[in-house]
Amino acid sequence: MTDRVAVIDHSALVELVGLLHAEGYVVVGPTLRENAIVLAELDDGDDLVSGWGVDTEAGRYRVVRRADDAVFAHSAGPQSWKSFLHPARRRLLSTDTSDGDLTVEPEPEPSRRMAFLGVRPCDLVAIGVLDRVLAGGRYPDPGYTARRDGVLVIVANCTEPGATCFCVSMGGGPRAPAGFDLALTERVDDAGHRFLVEVGSAAGEELLAALPHRAATDADLRVADDDLADAAEHMGRAMPEVDLRALLVDSRESPHWAEVASRCLACGNCTMVCPTCFCTTTEEVTDLTGEHGERWQRWSSCFDLDFSYLHGGEVRTSRQSRYRQWMTHKLSTWYDQFGSSGCVGCGRCIVWCPVGIDITEEAASLTALASREVGT
Amino acid sequence: MAERSTPTLAVWKFTSCDGCQLTLLDCEEDLLALTGQVEIRHFLEASSRADPGPYDVSLVEGSITTAEQERLIRQVREWSRVLVTIGACATAGGVQALRNFADVEEFRSVVYATPSYVDTLATSTPIAAHVRVDYELRGCPIDRRQLVAVLSAFLAGREPDLPDDSVCTECKRRGNTCVMVADGTPCLGPVTHAGCGALCPTYRRGCYGCFGPVRAPNTRSLIRQLRVCGMGDAELDRVFHTFNAAAPGFASARGETDEPSQ
Repeated sequence: MTDRVAVIDHSALVELVGLLHAEGYVVVGPTLRENAIVLAELDDGDDLVSGWGVDTEAGRYRVVRRADDAVFAHSAGPQSWKSFLHPARRRLLSTDTSDGDLTVEPEPEPSRRMAFLGVRPCDLVAIGVLDRVLAGGRYPDPGYTARRDGVLVIVANCTEPGATCFCVSMGGGPRAPAGFDLALTERVDDAGHRFLVEVGSAAGEELLAALPHRAATDADLRVADDDLADAAEHMGRAMPEVDLRALLVDSRESPHWAEVASRCLACGNCTMVCPTCFCTTTEEVTDLTGEHGERWQRWSSCFDLDFSYLHGGEVRTSRQSRYRQWMTHKLSTWYDQFGSSGCVGCGRCIVWCPVGIDITEEAASLTALASREVGT
Repeated sequence: MAERSTPTLAVWKFTSCDGCQLTLLDCEEDLLALTGQVEIRHFLEASSRADPGPYDVSLVEGSITTAEQERLIRQVREWSRVLVTIGACATAGGVQALRNFADVEEFRSVVYATPSYVDTLATSTPIAAHVRVDYELRGCPIDRRQLVAVLSAFLAGREPDLPDDSVCTECKRRGNTCVMVADGTPCLGPVTHAGCGALCPTYRRGCYGCFGPVRAPNTRSLIRQLRVCGMGDAELDRVFHTFNAAAPGFASARGETDEPSQ
């Protein structure tokens, strides 16, 4: 029997990647690529980012060299786990007519299990949202479930939230309460570089048992508790403390949408980086001979004009109607459809908007306008 | 099944650099496959054979800059069942449409030794300003995969997939990190029509808009951010006035660059 809470050092974390590979997992984790900390398949534990943090603001992201070797001291990067569970492009089927008859081959789904190393608590909530959307209904998406089933989740609790983080005001927090196989809380101080490890499953327990570790002391637990409580107090952003679901419905005719539209580029970046935006479209591909055909699914965005095309034309032609649709769905009608908010407070849409449109600021503006209306 | 007659193809050049026609020649094995599926009846860049129409498909490169071209494009339209414009010259007037913002007589007198030899209109205009166009392939030059995809769709009798998204959607689908947000590199991707597969940002360069504007681009907002990224008045004026200078979505940006930075 291993400890439910233990401590490992940096070398054991590197070893963990090898251990997962040995068990046949594709290991995905944070790695430094060009000017960003991205999620990518790791060849070995040394691929994990180390000693880099990030400086985020609305429309701005910079990697910053740290004085220590911290692995998880950065906030949400340019992509989310959606890229691995619900890929940007996916072949659905192939057709062939070369021997005269039409044959249709469904695309085989990947069989290798993935291990997600360094899942942020906000992103864990986001995966739960995707689970409800893509796997929870009457017709689960087989492409999603094939990837999602058997994913091993290793959480990295957040000790250094970014200037654009607001998970706490979306009902989450820097500590994942459950839903993981292992959860790590990193600490670098005079006593060394180490990770408090919480076990969340039998698979996690086996992994921990195979790694050099020591039992966590009360002091270890207290330090992690304090760090995470402190992180919760240091969210760079917050949503206004109102009923967002009602606010967005009541703001349908708000003059603020036109103001946002003066800044919004309708480029779709917010939807692409959002860990819960799931919309797709399909494209048909044929070769020049016409004998071989393929059907692909690709991410789509409610900011594209084509997105609302019904026969004869688009429904949401103005930028303001498209921004309103996105924000209202995310914060309000998502409840009607899927029983939760579509926003987890990761802040990606703020950071990766080329002109820095900030969903928390827009919500605050809508709140201010709504209360003024009530006052008159 | 009744034997289908081989579709015929014609390729036309108006005022242009030939680069988009070269893109067709660069299709290599796809070009071989294409010649097995269509009869190329007119393609002077590739062959001196020039058979008369009608044609099932015409690919039209270049803009209209002479009175003779104004006449010819009407004929090409009449001869062609489907007309596809290829490249920024044909879809927006090309870089030569910079003349639309200046005095052609002055150019003619300053640039050419014998100005009387030059027969030209005062403007360079896209093909769609003269005749009905069925599909437009943007870019300077066009994207080879898009060209093959459009021809494949035609041969299969279906609509081609030419989404009117921004370059950003292609960039994000490729898993690129945004050059503007992460590097501070000015990029026209957010207001530029997709189709290139986000080629430049994939190599950490900013998009320079060679596919022209998306429908209703918010250039005014992007210009504010381009200033934040360090672009000055002269660069801003230039960046929207290259291959798609006369495309309405970019042409209107000229007035917006005068706005003082905030």
